[in-house]
Amino acid sequence: MSETTVRKRPKHLALHQIRQPIPAIVSILHRISGAGLFLMLPLLLWLFDRSLGSATAYDAYREVVAHPLVKLVLFGLLWAYLHHFCAGIRFLLLDLHVGTDLQAGRRSAWAVLVVSLALTFVIGVALW
Amino acid sequence: MVKRIIVGAHYGLRDWIAQRATGVYMALYTVLFGVRVLMLPDYSHASWQALFSGGCMAFATFLFFLSLFYHAWIGVRDIFMDYIKPTGLRLALHLIVAFLLVGYAGWAAQILWRLAA
Repeated sequence: MSETTVRKRPKHLALHQIRQPIPAIVSILHRISGAGLFLMLPLLLWLFDRSLGSATAYDAYREVVAHPLVKLVLFGLLWAYLHHFCAGIRFLLLDLHVGTDLQAGRRSAWAVLVVSLALTFVIGVALW
Repeated sequence: MVKRIIVGAHYGLRDWIAQRATGVYMALYTVLFGVRVLMLPDYSHASWQALFSGGCMAFATFLFFLSLFYHAWIGVRDIFMDYIKPTGLRLALHLIVAFLLVGYAGWAAQILWRLAA
C-alpha cells in the first residue's frame, strides 16, 4: 500500500487536542456502539434463548434481568442499539446525498444524539 | 494528476452494499418488531413465545439475525483493519470473529425453530 500515495503530507492526529465536530462524534459513537453490541452478543443471545425457553428457563431469565447491574448493562446496550440505528439511517441518507451540506450535517448529527437518547429514556423507563 | 496503482481484492463494493442492505433490513425489522411488541395483548411468557412461533415472524427474525451477523462481520473486520497492525494477530482475530458469528447463527436458528417443534 505504500506505493499508492506518493506525497508526504503533514499530519496532526493528537486526538486529545482536536475539538471534534458533532458529526465526528456521532461517527465514532457509531463505531463504539457497534463494537459494544458485538461484544455483548453472547449475553443478548443467551437472554433471548432463556426468554423463549421453558418456564424454568424463563424464570432464570427473569432473575438475571432483575439484577441492577444487568439492567444497567442492558440500558447501555439499548442506547447503543438506538444510536447505531439512528446514526445508520443518517449515513444511509448521506449516501443518497440527502443533507450533505455543513449546516444540515450538523443538524442531523445533533438529531441523532438527541433522538437516540430520548428513545433510550422512553423505552428504558417503560421496561424498567 | 494523482499517481495511483490500483490494488486490492475487489470486495470493497460488495461489502459496502452488503453493509447497507443488511442495515436497511434490520431497520425495517426493528420497526416491525416494535409495532408487534406494542400490539401484544399482555407481557407474559406465553405472548412472548407466541410472537416468535409464527412461521413468518420466525423467518423474518432469523433473517434479522443473519443480517446482524453479516453486518457485524463487516463492521468488526473494518475496526480490526483500522487498529490492529500486526498481520498475524489481525488474521487470528478475524478467524475468531468469523467462527463466533457462524456459531451464533446456529444458536439463533435453534432458539427460533425449537418453538415450532
